[in-house]
Amino acid sequence: MSNSLFGPVDPAPDAGWADAPPRKGFFTDTSVCIGCKACEVACKEWNAIPDDGMNFLGSSYDNTGALGASTWRHVAFIEQPKRLGSQQTGLIGEPVGPGATDALNRAADEALSGDRSLLGTDNTVVDLGMPGVTLPGANGDGRADFRWLMESDVCKHCTHAACLDVCPTGSLFRTEFGTVVVQDDICNGCGYCVPACPFGVIDRRIGEKGVVKNAGIAQKCTLCYDRIGEGLTPACAKACPTQSIQYGDVDELRERAQQRVDALHAAGVHDARLYGHDEHDGVGGTGAFFLLLDEPEVYGLPPDPVVTTKDLPAMWKKAGLAALTMLAGAVAVFGSGS
Amino acid sequence: MDLGKTFLSWPVVRQLTGDDPLGRGKAAQSARTAALQPRTKTADRVVDSICPYCAVGCGQKVYVKDEKVVQIEGDPNSPVSRGRLCPKGSASEQLVNSPGRVTKVRYRRPYGTDWEDLDLDVAIDMIADRVVETRNRTWQDLDDQGHKVRRTLGFASLGGATLDNEENYLIKKLFTALGAVQIENQARI
Amino acid sequence: MAECHPVGFQWVMEAKARGAKVIHIDPRFTRTSAVSDTHVPLRAGSDIAFLGGVVRYILENELYFEEYVKAYTNASFLVGEEFVDSEDLGGLFSGYDEAKATYDPTSWGYAGASEGSVGKGGAGGADKGHAEGHSLGSGGPSVDPHTIQRDETLQHPRSVFQVLKRHYARYTPEMVEEVCGVPKELFLEVCEAVTANSGRERTTCWVYSVGWTHHSVGVQYIRGSAIIQLLLGNMGRPGGGILALRGHASIQGSTDIPTLFNILPGYLPMPKAGADESFESYLDTIRNHEQKGFWANAESYSVSLQKAWWGEKATVDNGWAFDYLPRISGDHGTYRTVLDMNDGKVDGYFLLGQNPAVGSAHARLQRLGMAQLTWLVVRDLNMIESATYWKDGPEIETGELKTEEIGTEVFFLPAAAHTEKSGTFTQTQRMLQWHHKAVDPPGDCRSELEFFHLLGQKLRERLRDSELERDRPLLDLTWDYPVDEKGEPSADAVLREINGFGPDGQLLNSYLQMKPDGSTSGGCWIYTGVYADGVNQSARRKPGSEQSWVAPDWGWAWPLNRRQLYNRASADPDGKPWSERKALVWWDEDQAKWVGHDVPDFEGTKPPSYRPPEGATGPAALAGDDPFVMQADGKGWLYAPSGLLDGPMPVHYEPSESPVRNAMYHQQGNPTRETFARKDNLQNPSAGEPGADVFPYVCTTYRLTEHHTAGGLSRWLPYLSELQPEFFCEVSPEHARERGLEHLGWATIVTARTAIEARVLVTDRVVPLKVGGKTIHQVGLPYHWGVGGDAVVSGDAANDLFGLSLDPNVHIQESKVASCDIVPGRRPRGPELLRFVEDYRSRAGITVETGNQRFTS
Repeated sequence: MSNSLFGPVDPAPDAGWADAPPRKGFFTDTSVCIGCKACEVACKEWNAIPDDGMNFLGSSYDNTGALGASTWRHVAFIEQPKRLGSQQTGLIGEPVGPGATDALNRAADEALSGDRSLLGTDNTVVDLGMPGVTLPGANGDGRADFRWLMESDVCKHCTHAACLDVCPTGSLFRTEFGTVVVQDDICNGCGYCVPACPFGVIDRRIGEKGVVKNAGIAQKCTLCYDRIGEGLTPACAKACPTQSIQYGDVDELRERAQQRVDALHAAGVHDARLYGHDEHDGVGGTGAFFLLLDEPEVYGLPPDPVVTTKDLPAMWKKAGLAALTMLAGAVAVFGSGS
Repeated sequence: MDLGKTFLSWPVVRQLTGDDPLGRGKAAQSARTAALQPRTKTADRVVDSICPYCAVGCGQKVYVKDEKVVQIEGDPNSPVSRGRLCPKGSASEQLVNSPGRVTKVRYRRPYGTDWEDLDLDVAIDMIADRVVETRNRTWQDLDDQGHKVRRTLGFASLGGATLDNEENYLIKKLFTALGAVQIENQARI
Repeated sequence: MAECHPVGFQWVMEAKARGAKVIHIDPRFTRTSAVSDTHVPLRAGSDIAFLGGVVRYILENELYFEEYVKAYTNASFLVGEEFVDSEDLGGLFSGYDEAKATYDPTSWGYAGASEGSVGKGGAGGADKGHAEGHSLGSGGPSVDPHTIQRDETLQHPRSVFQVLKRHYARYTPEMVEEVCGVPKELFLEVCEAVTANSGRERTTCWVYSVGWTHHSVGVQYIRGSAIIQLLLGNMGRPGGGILALRGHASIQGSTDIPTLFNILPGYLPMPKAGADESFESYLDTIRNHEQKGFWANAESYSVSLQKAWWGEKATVDNGWAFDYLPRISGDHGTYRTVLDMNDGKVDGYFLLGQNPAVGSAHARLQRLGMAQLTWLVVRDLNMIESATYWKDGPEIETGELKTEEIGTEVFFLPAAAHTEKSGTFTQTQRMLQWHHKAVDPPGDCRSELEFFHLLGQKLRERLRDSELERDRPLLDLTWDYPVDEKGEPSADAVLREINGFGPDGQLLNSYLQMKPDGSTSGGCWIYTGVYADGVNQSARRKPGSEQSWVAPDWGWAWPLNRRQLYNRASADPDGKPWSERKALVWWDEDQAKWVGHDVPDFEGTKPPSYRPPEGATGPAALAGDDPFVMQADGKGWLYAPSGLLDGPMPVHYEPSESPVRNAMYHQQGNPTRETFARKDNLQNPSAGEPGADVFPYVCTTYRLTEHHTAGGLSRWLPYLSELQPEFFCEVSPEHARERGLEHLGWATIVTARTAIEARVLVTDRVVPLKVGGKTIHQVGLPYHWGVGGDAVVSGDAANDLFGLSLDPNVHIQESKVASCDIVPGRRPRGPELLRFVEDYRSRAGITVETGNQRFTS
């Protein structure tokens, strides 16, 4: 069996799951997201994730800031001087001047790039190469258009997951559903996975050990591994009032997503596009993918994510040798101890 | 110790002997992970409920383990909510198990500067005494124009919209029988 | 709706996906606006001008549903000659008494109305004070239908139709633009969408949340919407109606079974001092002997209630113990009561899951009033600000109150959560849903059911030997509910009592079985049937996927499990659906009965062709094409000949505090609004009064998805608090530039009452509006936070800014709009705050009379 580290592949069989069920994932359709944050709360409630501080970020209605060890779903709010399809927002004819979205977005950037402990994370900021602060449609004299975008972000459950590839303990593993899960009983908090993630998702939990649950341990969305194993829907998707978050077989979700994009295009929402659905992208496509209404950067997503371990095969032989050495050591230990 | 079993279940062994030579999948799964079960499954019972926040009336399933609520989520059977919950409804488990929730009677004596403990039964006795005293002292048989009113304006009540119908019924019934009329709730906020 | 009722909003999203157009009319761009087809920002407090403009558009362009209007509304009824419209009296209707600021509504009646047949049921004559409007309940006021004169052509100048047309003739798109700040084109887009999507094949639904009621003309806002829906034929039909989205789990239930001062269960009025001396005279205020409809049976409902409460002690000889009921005199509403508290007239106060120190208007007055109490009982899950004002309230900081000088004895009794008790909530569509107890409450936590049951027992014990007449109602009360081994009374037994029993001790199936002879009982007649066939119907949980779209087998809706009121109107006068795609109930000739998807809201076997015999009354007087079966004339009211205290049709008045002069009338505000001219309730001067420019901005309050009302169920939860941790104000970039407000900085917002501080969100979601040639800036304030030491998050309370000025019909406060000033920076601390506010008052020249002049024509 070949194990590949890039390109199209069905990740579960690729990781030794002989009779793997169909790959599971999320399709997050931001065009119907109402920003209620039910996903954030349902996720925390189910997974018993601690709160990560009472911090007013004022990034529109986002006071969560970013995904991290204690935020496995994050709803981004983007205020833009753009029109949403044929939406009419009642600005015409009113005594308006230049808009505030530039300042707001700048403040949001600062909130995200400054002291990140406010967000309950020590993850370093991912440079998204954000476009200039003046977005298309902005009008220096008087604002004319406006739209408010919302997007519930989550771990992408990459086909080629660098976090997993670099994990030295086997804490991160590929499940039979093709998802990527951290096993907190194994993780030793080495943190290699943190910079490996091209999306800035995985993170170690801040806090005093013994006081804060899993302090120092890498954490992220498990796609509710415990729930889906019993045929249940992940907590966030189950709660989602408008079905912005849809859970299911990735193949089927991709079909549904394409239909949705087509419908939006037909309805005049030409900005609609998919993100993460392409198995030829730098991470082999993601298990959790999105319908966006603007460039990925606008939502804080990297435009062209590449698995950071793409070159790993060259390193594999050395790693294999190391593993054999370790195995020999282990046998020796057991042998002497019995 | 079953050495063979333990030894063979080591990830590194499984990695090198199974279909997952990179050790990223099945070989890496820990025993604890493999044994994971959702607490909705291990619950002792599931109880039908309704969300306590707004008046949409979303269906809830309450999962109980060892006489403690361990999970609350939407009821997919509800034609109102179809299993979905908003952030407040999704926080219901934290509402009922909130670390900040007060579970003991607190008492502040007149001019007191802090709370004191008080036995629940004693508290209700004291409240009953206050009601009787206030009602007697402020009772009106007639108003100043000589019309019968049979009431007290000496005490008032506020709230009810977060409570059950049966509770509102007893509140209105008891207070009306006592002649109290200043009974109000959130309908007027 | 997406903001406050996200799960209910799934149905709007589904409708949208099927092609429905979604229009959001709101001063604020919310999460609803974000996914709507159109957002219409308008000036807070200008809604009647907007709604009146829609009415005019419908009438002028003849876009009403003619057959529906002629058959099902009072459009063809003639109004009496004495009636003079507000268009002809500078904004006042005939009958206004300047000195008392009330109307004598006699002249509003239908032509030929017999003396006393209109205005009964408490329409509030000039000397009746303010208490009656809301006591009419779901039946509305009585009228005598037999004397009504009609003109089926709708051409008679005094027909309701023509009166309406004249009344709204000046509500042009230009006027809407000038008053509301909504550009004409945008307004017309709404008119076109609403009318194009109404008629035989299509229906339009109006949805409001109770913010619409938080105005000094709140009732007339809803009336405005009702007129539109009746003209367009959208009432009683699927996809139509006016949906009130209510914000507490059982706020509907606590109105049906009211913890309210002016009504008894099932919207029976509380008896009034001086008026309701006997049971007979009381009944006559509820129902006119001549009228149509089911309120004619009020005696049966009322006697059954008395029997439920006093059992065999209620007899025909003692007038069914009618004198056991206390009498009300005018307004005993929560705001009247809190003023009385401030005057030292109230000893004791029970707070049952409500947090007035944060959630009620003029929250400061609430706290100051509570500090005057002798005793206070707070029952809640969390240590809310209304329980701790005596040690960490804002008035402690300013020095106005000192802990050691407050003589109030405070009992905090922890309450049981919804998972710790069984019972029913009535949700916003009148549906009762039973929730089962899952676990015992922890520690001292108890349900209200147990607390009040126990309190009642202890009170009865104390007065057991009393010979006093006043104690009979308590001692004779039926109060023997079965309890479980832990002392918890059976909610099931209480629900059975509410449902009621027949002479044989069997549970009643319908309120139609109730009798006025004392042989039946029932604690809330509209809830009768919740235990039909001996089954707790509210506990039914047949999956939605296994039944029709009406889902009649989930829970139970009053009355008699009807899911949509007045659904007879979904069929034409002959009983056929107006269209196949909008069929709901219809007359089946072969079976000779009404059938359909929903339970017909009509007598089951009364054919469409039925015409009442001469002299018929009550249900028998309803013709086969009178769908509004609870109305005294069987029709939907475009014009309300009685029942409202502030006019038969909505008129645009400015809010009590407004930086804008009324562009339509000399009369500035609602001439009958309930005001309290007191030193502790000062008002900002409005446009036209000196000092108005000191408060040049409009402020409004609202909720956020992440919190619940005054925060008692959300600010103690880390998961919700972290999502919206701080009190903020929302301002437009234009406003921010004008006032030097910085995004994420602080701002101080000031009214005549006080000043509060908030973090600043500068956002394009707020838009300045052009109103009468002026730019109007609006400040948005979520009202969830309060000052105290126990919650996970706290902050100044937006409700501190608002004064008391009430809708005259229902005594609801105007807390969705006021005028204000806003300046950068934090507010002064301690006594400095009082000086800061005092300076504003003196600059504006505020006295107790300011803003309280109701008559301004």
